[in-house]
Amino acid sequence: MATEVLMPALSPTMEEGTLAKWLVKEGDSVSSGDILAEIETDKATMEFEAVDEGVIGKILVSEGTEGVKVNTPIAVLLMDGESPDAAPAPAAAVSSPVETREAPAAVAAAPRSEAPLELEVPDGTEMKATTVREALRDAMAEEMRRDETVYLMGEEVAEYQGAYKISQGLLDEFGPKRVIDTPITEHGFAGIAVGAAFGGLRPIVEFMTFNFAMQAIDHIINSAAKTRYMSGGQMGAPMVFRGPNGAAARVGAQHSQDYAAWYAQVPGLKVVMPFSAADAKGLLKTAIRDDNPVIFLENEILYGRSFDVPVMDDYTVPFGKAKIWREGTDVTIVSFGIGMTYALEAADILAKESISAEVVDLRTLRPIDYETVIRSVQKTNRCVTVEEGFPVCSIGNHLSAKIMTEAFDYLDAPVLNCTGKDVPMPYAANLEKHALLTTKEVVDAVKAVTYR
Amino acid sequence: MATAKGATKPNVSKEELLEFYREMLLIRRFEEKAGQLYGMGLIGGFCHLYIGQEAVVVGLEAAAEEGDKRITSYRDHGHMLACGMDPKGVMAELTGREGGYSKGKGGSMHMFSKEKHFYGGHGIVAAQVPIGAGLAFADKYLDNKRVTFAYFGDGAANQGQVYETYNMAELWDLPVIFVIENNQYAMGTSIKRSTKSPSLWERGAAYGIPGEEVDGMDVLAVKAAGEKAVAHCRAGKGPYILEVKTYRYRGHSMSDPAKYRTREEVQKMREERDAIEHVRTMLLTGKHATEDDLKAIDKEIKEIVNESAEFAKTSPEPALEELWTDIYADA
Ligand SMILES: Cc1ncc(C[n+]2csc(CCOP(=O)(O)OP(=O)(O)O)c2C)c(N)n1
Ligand SMILES: [Mg+2]
Repeated sequence: MATEVLMPALSPTMEEGTLAKWLVKEGDSVSSGDILAEIETDKATMEFEAVDEGVIGKILVSEGTEGVKVNTPIAVLLMDGESPDAAPAPAAAVSSPVETREAPAAVAAAPRSEAPLELEVPDGTEMKATTVREALRDAMAEEMRRDETVYLMGEEVAEYQGAYKISQGLLDEFGPKRVIDTPITEHGFAGIAVGAAFGGLRPIVEFMTFNFAMQAIDHIINSAAKTRYMSGGQMGAPMVFRGPNGAAARVGAQHSQDYAAWYAQVPGLKVVMPFSAADAKGLLKTAIRDDNPVIFLENEILYGRSFDVPVMDDYTVPFGKAKIWREGTDVTIVSFGIGMTYALEAADILAKESISAEVVDLRTLRPIDYETVIRSVQKTNRCVTVEEGFPVCSIGNHLSAKIMTEAFDYLDAPVLNCTGKDVPMPYAANLEKHALLTTKEVVDAVKAVTYR
Repeated sequence: MATAKGATKPNVSKEELLEFYREMLLIRRFEEKAGQLYGMGLIGGFCHLYIGQEAVVVGLEAAAEEGDKRITSYRDHGHMLACGMDPKGVMAELTGREGGYSKGKGGSMHMFSKEKHFYGGHGIVAAQVPIGAGLAFADKYLDNKRVTFAYFGDGAANQGQVYETYNMAELWDLPVIFVIENNQYAMGTSIKRSTKSPSLWERGAAYGIPGEEVDGMDVLAVKAAGEKAVAHCRAGKGPYILEVKTYRYRGHSMSDPAKYRTREEVQKMREERDAIEHVRTMLLTGKHATEDDLKAIDKEIKEIVNESAEFAKTSPEPALEELWTDIYADA
């Protein structure tokens, strides 16, 4: 029986890709393991291998085609002795009920977000659509050009160009002295970086993900965060610990945790969690220049999203300054990082029901811009917080307490916290969807505090 | 302390050779199917295939006794099949279904079987090494006469906790075999780029742990080395290190652009050193089996794998209440 070769999913977050090149042609015999085609995903160009033996009967998607959805038939493979006519018609194939992968809401969200109200750039500055991935790379490159003591170290950051391709091109430009592949030894290289910072350098430590920074958390907290205090101000660790944080898609309990609230608890650290590409760039540049250890929490799902980034020689964003993405009068939604996706989506939905939400992006969690939050709550008299992490001792819990202390008389309803569920991240698609925060939960929380 | 390379090959029976062939083929076909289901979106997240490394677990399981324990990393499908776990339950865990070993909650990287003494399925590189020594600690404490196989990669071998564990394992004579599956790469980093140690097993010498290098593409050599290590542990002499030289044919996980090695390098390994081909040739040239006999085995294995895939597709998704169960032991 002829079988269809389907567009493969080649990464946890891939939904479509470019069929860059066919390495076989119609009539070629192939066996298991032969490379059929090169496919470009959001992260890389990958070789696609044959699983079954047979003869390529028909090529259904020509090379160079972009945006080929996962599971689309791309070729027909004939078994021994079959003629190409035996191949099923591609149209019939498309309508066959193939199961498609579940993508978290964030992935399916509109790729471009509306511009925030408050911009730190001069009028008339040119804007360029940039992915968060590119913005982070640009920030590191600019700071490395500016300051010889800035260097990058981590697993697969150099020759592999970054496990998530954030350091693409940096080895070429800065060489192996400044872009350093480490063995898999997080506790060791984090400690070495702290020592290097004591010794006069400004390390950027990339953790492949923050789940693995747990191996190194002793150095982050006991060595990096506390030394300035313990030395009576004589020395400290000017450095950045960065990498993806939080859930990606279907990677299970040990690879999906959000550490925002953990690090935000520690005096001596600064903690940044950007949402947009402009903030990713501006805040990372600020982090690299900061004389304190900075935890810089990125998000894998946001890496591929595009936002407008101002074209400026030196675009930085200050710490401790929240950004109001959307003004409103009925409720304040406070979020940060990937949580902003849900917050903004919810605000759109609420607007259609005539509920006007003000959406505040904290951007940095230590320091936190309490003033902007309190001012907004004094105006709207209601607040919902949104974050992906666990509910107990969350950033939302902390803000609730702060708002209660400083704006109690302004509140018309209790502050509600929307968070991830109080469970380790499950693998199963249906369970994962329920473990994660949803836009609907944010909408429902707003309706609850506005008594609608 | 340390012994030299090159275990002598034992005489092997026809039945045993056929069994090795069958078990290794099951792992390979299972993994190929898993790769296919991943491409179709039925498996998500990270999925690390074991193709190329089959002889390691099959050889070592042949040296194990009932009740011995094993623990490994996220590249765990082969270990589970080799210790007798049901392919259906493994495949259904890969698709995140109720019929999976962890009810769909663990996924490819996190499966466990109390019945088969398989302790996971660990996603944090090298975390399984001290845990494996801990299993051995419990066995020694309880006077169980059991041995634990703690598997880890060449990349994992650089984590500090491995050496903390070596020290205590030897200090306390724990019955644990540290199996370094040296497939020469840790993601995109070849072993030459991560260490200047000429060999990994020799690092044990600093702690007084004996060990040896083993040809991981030769299932008989693996079994022989395994038997020696098991005998050492069971005699109460403490831990043993096996550095098994092997090779992974596929990418690190499903999303690996594979720019760090040449296609020729992979092809050469496949053509010249393949462990399954090796046994196949032994079976045919030794006249232990005919082409037709082997075809029949291939067919049988294909059926098992297809059945597991069918089960994994049709097993229902876990009930939503499962989100909230198994977080704590029942009071
Ligand atoms: C502590 C930690 N750091 C990094 C990772 C990401 N990671 C997963 S597998 C891997 C490579 C491990 O290579 P190796 O130990 O040789 O095992 P192999 O994959 O070759 O079986 C890395 C870096 C992780 N899971 N845990
Ligand atoms: Mg390896």
